[in-house]
Amino acid sequence: MAAPVSIQLEFGGGAELLFDGVKKHHVTLPSQSEPWDVKQLLVWIQRNLLKERPELFVQGDSVRPGILVLINDADWELMGELDYQLQDQDNVVFISTLHGG
Amino acid sequence: MAQDVCFLKAQLKEKEKEISALKNKLAQLEKTHTSVLELQDRVTPLTPLTAKAALSNEDIMRYSRQLLLPELGVQGQLNLSKTSVLVVGCGGLGCPLAQYLAAAGIGRVGLLDYDEVELSNLHRQVLHGEENVGQAKALSAAHAVKRLNAAVECIPYHLQLSPENALQLIQQHLDLADLIYDIVADCSDNVPTRYLVNDACVLSGKPLVSASALRMEGQLTVYNYCGGPCYRCLYPVPPPPETVTNCSDGGVLGVVPGVMGCFQALEVLKIASGRGSSCSQQLMIFDAQDARFRSIKLRPKKAGCAVCGENPSVTQLEDYEAFCGSAATDKCRKLNLLSRDQRISVQDYKFITVNQEPHLLLDVRPPVEVDICHLPFSLNIPLSSLEEKKSEHIQLLQERIRELKQQMAGDCWPPVYVICKLGNDSQKAVQVLEKMSGSDLDSITVKDISGGLMAWAVKIDPTFPQY
Repeated sequence: MAAPVSIQLEFGGGAELLFDGVKKHHVTLPSQSEPWDVKQLLVWIQRNLLKERPELFVQGDSVRPGILVLINDADWELMGELDYQLQDQDNVVFISTLHGG
Repeated sequence: MAQDVCFLKAQLKEKEKEISALKNKLAQLEKTHTSVLELQDRVTPLTPLTAKAALSNEDIMRYSRQLLLPELGVQGQLNLSKTSVLVVGCGGLGCPLAQYLAAAGIGRVGLLDYDEVELSNLHRQVLHGEENVGQAKALSAAHAVKRLNAAVECIPYHLQLSPENALQLIQQHLDLADLIYDIVADCSDNVPTRYLVNDACVLSGKPLVSASALRMEGQLTVYNYCGGPCYRCLYPVPPPPETVTNCSDGGVLGVVPGVMGCFQALEVLKIASGRGSSCSQQLMIFDAQDARFRSIKLRPKKAGCAVCGENPSVTQLEDYEAFCGSAATDKCRKLNLLSRDQRISVQDYKFITVNQEPHLLLDVRPPVEVDICHLPFSLNIPLSSLEEKKSEHIQLLQERIRELKQQMAGDCWPPVYVICKLGNDSQKAVQVLEKMSGSDLDSITVKDISGGLMAWAVKIDPTFPQY
């Protein structure tokens, strides 16, 4: 069994509006047989934090186009994207791209 | 006598020659002077900037405080004077950007914007003044820049950047020696233009200093620079149009694009002077609420990128509005979700109020907008609350409908008219309420007031504020 994982989730660029305008969420992912990865985190967020309009956040099993995911201040693509295994105290940021000027 | 006549004739001829030369010179001067601020409505060829051999005494005095920086120095200043920058968008980002580039002594700025100055622009688009409302933004910005530094060559373009003119504008001549704009700054306000500018920069090999701002946040990256990624490497697929918010919907605090535009100017000046930018493969995020900057390491250039990858599928500019499914402006879209009998005009609604027909007016805007202005007797329940079926709001709506019913004769229900700012959210609300009618709510008739409060202000009550 993998131990529970405590992580900080942050939403920005307007993505926080899907989470009652709250930018920072400290969450604990429960213990489970497999280690937590980002793909499972997205499902967990949908079930536990995101109540309405999931299409504005996810598409298929990934985030929708126009949302950038950062793991510990690095582009998630450098970290393995959906397969990245979450570590205790990780910081995962979901930034919606801005287009205004 | 004959000799005198001959002499005078010769002298006269000489003077005429002189006058004609002076006239030519004057015409030439006037032409170059006016052409500086002649508004371009299409792309015209430009002469390449020539490098200055040395700084004049006036240059030295003017730029002395930055010349003292070893990071810039004389060579850096000379480099600035031979650099030309294309500013795409003369709004909240483009204004401070152009201002600082001109102040620092950049050689040439192309100022491009298809739009005209509006009163609601002035809180953030700081080169434009009250007297410029209605004027082309490109021209207004060019005048302001010229006033600041007459030595900077300013080219105002009053046109929409398009797949047809973009490469011509940035590249001008295919001969590499004649590249006209050295650096492009994306200060635009919509998704199709951002892809268009990116592809044009990749195809012409220009660095792209790109920033954006909305509400209380800003983002900045330098694309296609020093082997780093391009915009498409990061965002291969455009966002669904319904997830994109513009400044007129979401709002923006003026100083936020101000900070980001200044940041863009900084990176442009670093590239132009020869120092180089450190924002390639970096995303700078500015959170004005928390007063925090954050620097994110981005993915490298993608081998499979559609435009800058090893086997690009985009080898010429395409139709970006079709690619993104949205228009290349930040103007609000007009949705058409309902049938004609589900909507009434503002004139119809005026008639209903004049006749005092019993009804419920439901305003579905967020409370922050209701604070700005609202019609009397309206009940405010934001669209988001209806979508989430917030029980206290649904109950409130139900109570108000029943109260009205009691005041009415017979067994009929009062109609519900839904209003918002422009008539888009109100249509969504009608759809949501129709689904609830007969289950979560009593059976009600719901109609949308077409065009919303802004149509009311234009067509019915000119004293009603517009925002």
